[in-house]
Amino acid sequence: MVSAVSIVDVVKHFGSLQALAGVSMEIGQGEFFGLLGPNGAGKTTLISSLAGLLRPDAGTLKVLGHDVIDDFRAARRLLGVVPQELVFDPFFSVRETLRIQSGYFGIRKNDDWIDEILANLDLTAKADVNMRRLSGGMKRRVLVAQALVHKPPVIVLDEPTAGVDVELRQGLWQFVRRLNAEGHTIILTTHYLEEAEALCNRIALMKQGRVVALDKTINLMAAYPGASLEEVFVRTLRQ
Amino acid sequence: MTGFLTLFGKEFLRFWKVSFQTIAAPVLTALLYLLIFGHVLDDHVQVHGVRYTSFLVPGLVMMQILQNAFANSSSSLIQAKITGSIVFVLLPPIPYSVFFAAYVLAALARGLLVGLGVLAATVWFADLRVVAPLWVLVFALFGGALFAALGMIAGIWSEKFDHLAGFQNFLIMPLTMLSGVFYSIYTLPAFWQDLSHYNPVFYMIDGFRYGFFGVSDVAPEVSLTVVFACFAAVSVLTLSLLKRGWKLRG
Repeated sequence: MVSAVSIVDVVKHFGSLQALAGVSMEIGQGEFFGLLGPNGAGKTTLISSLAGLLRPDAGTLKVLGHDVIDDFRAARRLLGVVPQELVFDPFFSVRETLRIQSGYFGIRKNDDWIDEILANLDLTAKADVNMRRLSGGMKRRVLVAQALVHKPPVIVLDEPTAGVDVELRQGLWQFVRRLNAEGHTIILTTHYLEEAEALCNRIALMKQGRVVALDKTINLMAAYPGASLEEVFVRTLRQ
Repeated sequence: MTGFLTLFGKEFLRFWKVSFQTIAAPVLTALLYLLIFGHVLDDHVQVHGVRYTSFLVPGLVMMQILQNAFANSSSSLIQAKITGSIVFVLLPPIPYSVFFAAYVLAALARGLLVGLGVLAATVWFADLRVVAPLWVLVFALFGGALFAALGMIAGIWSEKFDHLAGFQNFLIMPLTMLSGVFYSIYTLPAFWQDLSHYNPVFYMIDGFRYGFFGVSDVAPEVSLTVVFACFAAVSVLTLSLLKRGWKLRG
């Protein structure tokens, strides 16, 4: 079976800074995959390269077998990305935002699915409210909704719970777990390691643009019996 | 096609939702130009046998079409880049040619709406006739589209609002103000007349004005050739920047 995401020898420099130093990994279909590492490890650079927001200096990235540069239209159609930054278009309401995002993916009538996403993310009451009037947590939910409007089989969540209250986190993870159970591949970056420990069946640890550990969560934990993922994370990065 | 229609619709709504600022304000500015210059000069100046106020109106209409087409695409892109919301159009599978077409046509739509507004507000003060409406339409479309594409380049190139203001104040404003909106270039000294022929905006204004009065400084066929060549060159440059993802995709 073709990998959900295939990353081979990806290198990216920003001037003299090497952000990615030959990163390779395969993520299988249906996985809940964690991409962890300290700030500046290269996680967001890797995700941006996968999403076509950055062009790597070398290497290849594929989404379900489609190269993100040579076959970008198919690759982007299969990928939904929740960006890390809290960004929004201040001219539109929540529903307008989601209709517009659907249209970008070639979907004209998407209100049934939009209503379902809004309900699952507890946004129904805010559907006709302008984006400017939403709280930070609400805007974060809309970003998640935008990534899901075209029902992508591969979903990347780049720190989706940063600055989000406990109630939303639980609701969000419940929804994402359901999507994963339905067959969607989930790639998660987060600084909340207890979330990664609870959700991800495989984890890659990155440091200074390199993958320093890549294994099933239970195997990583087994290397340091009795330790939490946070302790495993710190010890692995120290090595 | 849905991607194009959505992006065009989004760009159209973006200026329509703030039409007091994006349409009414430039119409008022043009009206003030007409009232001030017309009041001072109408009894003293005729150009190509046309009263000054009548001569001025087509120039003001075209100037506002150009400036507002430029302002729409450039401000939309710089705002999206600075706020980060540009990711919403970079993540989907929108081909760069569709991206170009949607931004240019939405900016052209704003330019034309402002142009119609200026015409509707100023026509009461001038004795206007349209002897060649097709020339009026062709110059409005290609001139507006050229400035919309130029606005895309400015929006892509600019990294902060300061850069865009520089582009607007030190390139677009001088080009439009010194293009013959307020005068015929044949009233200028020889040096400035010659220099005006290197300003592509002069041909847009002159050709557009020909459609109203049937007289111009340069034959409209020559003006159209210049305008079309500039439009083609700027479009090719814009498309190549979008294809490379220059300053959009790192």
